[in-house]
This record gives sequence, C-alpha cells and structure tokens, in this order.
Amino acid sequence: MKDWQFVMLWSDLLVWLLVAAAVGIAVLIVRTPPLLAAWRRVGANRLGMAAATVLLAFAAVGLLDSLHYRPALDGQPGEPLRYSVEVLSALDALAVRLRTQQEKSYSAPFATHAFARETVDVPGVGSVREFPRLKHGGAHLADPRLAPADIALTAGRATLFAVLAWLAVAAAVAARQGGWRQVWQGRTPFAWNAVLAALGGLLLVLVPMFALAGDYHVFGTDKVGQDVLYQILKSVRTALIIGLVTTLVMLPLAVLLGIVAGYFRGWVDDLIQYVYTVLNSIPGVLLIAAAILMMQVLIDTHPQWFATAAERADLRLLALCLILGVTSWTGLCRLLRGETLKLRELEYIQAAQAFGVSSGRIILRHILPNLMHIVIISLVMDFSGLVLAEAVLSYVGIGVDPTTNSFGTMIDNARMELGREPVVWWSLTAAFAAMFLLVLAANLFADAVRDAFDPRAA
Amino acid sequence: MLAYLVRRLLYAIPILIGVNLITFALFFVVNTPDDMARMQLGVKRVTPDAIVQWKAERGYDKPLFVNSAASGLSTVTDTIFFEKSARMFVGDFGRAEDGRDIAREIATRMGPSLAIALPTFVLGLFVAVVSALALAFFRATPLDVWGVVLCVAAMSVSGLFYIIGGQFLFAKLFRLVPISGYADGLDAWRFLVLPVLIGVVSGIGGSTRWYRTIFLEEVGKDYVRTARAKGLGEHAVFFRHILRNALIPILTGVVVVIPTLFMGSLLTESFFGIPGLGSYTIDAIGAQDFAVVRSMVFIGSLLYIVGLILTDISYTLVDPRIRFS
Repeated sequence: MKDWQFVMLWSDLLVWLLVAAAVGIAVLIVRTPPLLAAWRRVGANRLGMAAATVLLAFAAVGLLDSLHYRPALDGQPGEPLRYSVEVLSALDALAVRLRTQQEKSYSAPFATHAFARETVDVPGVGSVREFPRLKHGGAHLADPRLAPADIALTAGRATLFAVLAWLAVAAAVAARQGGWRQVWQGRTPFAWNAVLAALGGLLLVLVPMFALAGDYHVFGTDKVGQDVLYQILKSVRTALIIGLVTTLVMLPLAVLLGIVAGYFRGWVDDLIQYVYTVLNSIPGVLLIAAAILMMQVLIDTHPQWFATAAERADLRLLALCLILGVTSWTGLCRLLRGETLKLRELEYIQAAQAFGVSSGRIILRHILPNLMHIVIISLVMDFSGLVLAEAVLSYVGIGVDPTTNSFGTMIDNARMELGREPVVWWSLTAAFAAMFLLVLAANLFADAVRDAFDPRAA
Repeated sequence: MLAYLVRRLLYAIPILIGVNLITFALFFVVNTPDDMARMQLGVKRVTPDAIVQWKAERGYDKPLFVNSAASGLSTVTDTIFFEKSARMFVGDFGRAEDGRDIAREIATRMGPSLAIALPTFVLGLFVAVVSALALAFFRATPLDVWGVVLCVAAMSVSGLFYIIGGQFLFAKLFRLVPISGYADGLDAWRFLVLPVLIGVVSGIGGSTRWYRTIFLEEVGKDYVRTARAKGLGEHAVFFRHILRNALIPILTGVVVVIPTLFMGSLLTESFFGIPGLGSYTIDAIGAQDFAVVRSMVFIGSLLYIVGLILTDISYTLVDPRIRFS
C-alpha cells in the first residue's frame, strides 16, 4: 500500500525545468570554447567560487523542498485510502523533528524553559508563577542545568565529525589536483582552495547546528512555538523561486523585444520603446500592488480552482514572479536594444545582409551569441535584488501568501518583537542573517561572473 | 532647443494615456466592480442589494466605456472610464473609501514626504560621491579593495534591517530620538533625523560602488593622461579634471528621481509614522482602497515622466553635441 501521494506543484515543475535548463546550458558551455573560457575565468575567481559553494548549499535545501507529497491519513482497514490536505516536501520528511516539535510560544535559542511565566499547579504548594519546561527543547535531560554541558558535548562531537568529513573531501581533492601544496597555494586552474575553505566553514557551522537541532531549538521558537530554523529552511525555496523563476519570465520578453527593436528600428522600435517607457513610468511597487490586489480578488472569487491551501499559495507565488518579471524586463531590454543597434552596423552583419541571409538567421546566429554576456551578467545581478525585493513586498503585504514561508513573512510576523519587554530578538536576527548570507553570496558570485564576462568592467 | 522640448512634452502625452489605460485595465477589466464590492464589504455583509448600493455610492454602476443609455456627449462621459480614469488628467482623483477627497489628501501629505526624501537624497548623494571619490583616489590599494567589499556587504543587507535595527538601536535602546511620529514646522527635526540617517546609510553601498566605476572610467581617459603629461599634480588632476567630468554622468543620472521624491518612501514613512504619501500608499494597499492606489499610480507615473524630460534637458545643457544635433 502506498502511504503517500506525489504532488507536483506548478512551482516545482518550474524549478525542475530550471534544473534541466541549467544542465542543458552546462552541456552547451562545455561544447562552446569561448563560453567555456569565460566560465573558466569565473572558476578561477576565489571569492566567486567560495560564494558559489554557499549558493549550492542553499540550492540543495531549495531542491529538497521542491519534491512534494501528501501523506496518507490513518484510516480503518478496508476504507478507501485518503490523503492529508497538508502538502509536505522531502525537506519536511528529513527535518521531521524540526517541523513537529512545536512549543506553546516564544522560547530563546537553546532554551530549556519557556520565555514567559505561566501559572503552574505544583502539588502541595498550590499555583505558582514560573517559567515552565519546554515540551521539546532539552526535554531529554532530567536536569535542565546540564543543558550547557550537553550542548557542548554534542557540538564537540559534531565538530569532530565535520573536521573528519572535511579532511576526507580535501584529501580527495588534493589527490586529484596534484598534492596539498598545489591546492593550498591556489596553483590549480579552478579555485579549489576557496571552495574547500567555504566548505570547511559551512561544515563547521552546519553540522553542529543540525546535530543540536533535534534536541534544542537552535534559533528559538516564534510566537506560535514553531522552530525558527525550520522556517529559515523553508524560506530558502521561496527566495530561490522568486530570484530564478522571475528571470525566466523576464528573459524571453527582454531578449526578444530588445533585439527586435534594435535590429529592425523604425516603427517596431518606436512601439517597443513606447511599451517599456509606459511600464517603466508606473512605480514598480504600485504596479505590483495593483496586480497582486487584483490577483487576490481573482483567487478569492474562485476557491474551486485549488484542491489544497498549498496550491493556492503556490499560485500566488508564481503570480508574484510573473508580475515581478513584467515590471523588471525593461532594464535588460533597453541594454540589449542599445547593443543590437551597435552590432547591426558592424561589417560582419552587413556582409551577412549582403549575402542575403535572412533576418531571423542573422539575429539567431550572429547577434544573439554576441549579446549573451549581457544577458548572463544581468541575470546573476538581478537575483539578489529580487530576493531583497521579496522581503519588502511581503512586509508591505503584497508579496507571497501569508501562509508561505519566506524571509519576508518571517520579518513581517516578527515586526513587533523588538518592541516587547524583554526583547525577542532571535526570529528577526535569524531571518536577516540567512537573507544576508544568501544575498551576499549571490552578489559576490555575480561580481565574479561580471568580471569574467565583461572585459570592460574594472 | 525649444522645438526639442515641445517634442519631448508632446511625447509624454501618449505615455500618460498608456499608463492610464493599463491601470484602468488592471482595476476594472480584469476584475469587475462586483468583485471589488465583495472584497470591500467582506464575506458577511455581501448581499446583492449591498453590492448595488456600494457600486452606486462610488459611481461604479456605470458601463465601462460606452453608455448606450445616455444621449449625446454623455454616452462617453457618463462611464466608469471617463469618471474614474480620464478625469485624473485634470487633477480630480475622486474620494477614498473613508470619504476624504484624495487630491486634498495628496496636497497635504506631500510636505512631510518631501521633508524626509529631500534631505535623504541630497545627503545620500553627497556622501556617496565623496566616498566613491576616496575609493577612486586610493584605487588598487587595500583601502579601495576593502571599501568595495564593504559596499557589497552593505548592498546585501535588507533595507528592512537598516530600518528595524536603526529604530531599535537609536530610538529604543539609546533613546536619542522619538520612535515614531511627526510634528509640523521646525520641531519636525527630531522626528526626521533618524529616518534620514537610515535612508542615507541604506543607499550608500550601491551608489558608492556605482559612482566609483564612473570615476574609474574617467581616470582612464586621454585627457587625464594629457593633464598628467603637462605636469599637473595628482590633486589637481583629480579634483579639477576628473571630479568635474565624472559629476556629469552622476548628476544627469540622478535627475530622473528628483520629481519622484514627492512620492515619499513607502517603508521609512510607515515605520516612523510620518504622515506622508508613502505611508498613505501603504495604508491604501493594506485597506485595499483601489481609488487611492489608482491615483498614486497615476501621480507616480506623471512624476517619473517629468523626471525623464528633466533628464533630457540636463543632457542638452551639459553636452553641446546633443543640443545642436
């Protein structure tokens, strides 16, 4: 008997399509010497490769969170099998303790007792106001005063494991790249030393963290008692989707219209310029707000479209990507138009025209490949901006669905916590720190890509 | 020059019409006024009568484009499009859900918005230009390298963090300024210091890095080599030649945002409780007040187009090649 049902959300489909596209592009790059040379330059950039390692870790979390299923409900034998309305992912299955170990309300990182006093009945004494023990945080300890020692022990063991794992990886790399010294002094064509350093940092932080995450709330819990680390993990997928799917929407519009406007000029150019000036002149936030408000009306009036709440939230996420894409293609389009205007005057294009090569062929074979560096640079540059924009939009209430985990909704839910006495700082701190790490890595990687692809950039 | 300006101004008209049509399509064609009425009224109070009344109160009960029931000119004027969208061109924005006149509200809220946006803009530009100049002056030294790394790090921090963190640190922990609020007249400075400071800090990373590349582009040009060749000192080259020439692209680049300063900042104003246009917009989005959002879209676009025209003018002023072509 199958005890789960596979669910493919629309965003999952797009995520896996993106993965397939990435693989396809990688094959194309390997076969195209100039592109391969440029990516080799990216690979030699130490900061860029360290950033790429961190990004891959985020991507792994996001991909695990993009395999969805609905668990079967426990029913009487003989009854038809029914599935839960709750949609879970592979990440939820792996982090089941993080997801299910809910407390009553706030608790500080590594706490064994709740954050607020409660009235507790103590037999023989009567009701007493005290900080009750947490249901899960440090619950395996008979004496909560042992918690620091227990944490230190577990963390120490995990650190040892991390160091061993890192040494194994490093040894494997060194064996293939011609020895420790070669790798360490950065004399390999690929920046292996940066990758190993970043990997070491990640392992040293992540392994102890996840070793402790089962017994403690590493980043504390939020108002409804949910583990903050779990929310962070779930938010990664939303951030990645916003950053990547949006470019998927924006790219065809920008590339097609930009090249067509620059190549054909005349009334086509006027029309396309008119369209993007109009779109550009509407303040972005307001256009998004208007579109999302309208989307919300549409969703609210058609509840029959969605089988589960997750599907509804998913559609809103994609709608947000769509709208962000529509509002953000204009910049790239203008760049591509300008570059095409320059390219079409060059001799090799004019020679092709004189030979009677069709316009479509000239655009595909001679213009598009020469614009790819602009496209690639702007794609990686846009990613971090989109991740930051999601947080602001969700905070304003025009971002993702409030039930979707994202950095924006986390910050939005925690907006009043710094005003409390005593201050509840962990939710906001964790959300901002995770977002900072993701965006910083994306920015550094984008810089490496730009330096490799754009010979003019300083 | 005059003919050029007139042409630019005329070009603005079809763009405004385009903006108007897009917002109209978004607000009225994708969803019918009935949908809006249901949303505003809430699930409990939705009855056919209530919807009809809601629409009648706001004038949404008319046909979209053509009123075949009316006669003469009013077949076109007695429609939702004319009443709600076309009338924006003469500054009539209608009323908000709470019954207040939107145009009046906008006029009174522009002041506080400008009081924050203008100092933020001027100070931010000044600080960014000075720090970019310093980085370019010490180019390829550790100061420059670490300065750029710092800029990238500053860019990677969410704008929300600057606001939430700054408010917590300076207003709540150190109690240097009030947490939020606004006062008219000169007293306002106590409320403005922190938002302006946060605005400057949050924008500094990106703009410093951007201006630095502009400076460096200028450093590599031929006239700089000529200036050095004739024996000018590094200071004279930098401040008399490079600074002046690099300021041209920087200043013409920022002209486009000057008119949109009137719109205020959405986040800063709502966090600090400033009664400006930014918080007005946020409140309208929160309350799903379509009339206000529509008006703000129109005004925002209008100001952006003014900014585009000002940019063109500034280009013609600084670059004679454009003026005479």
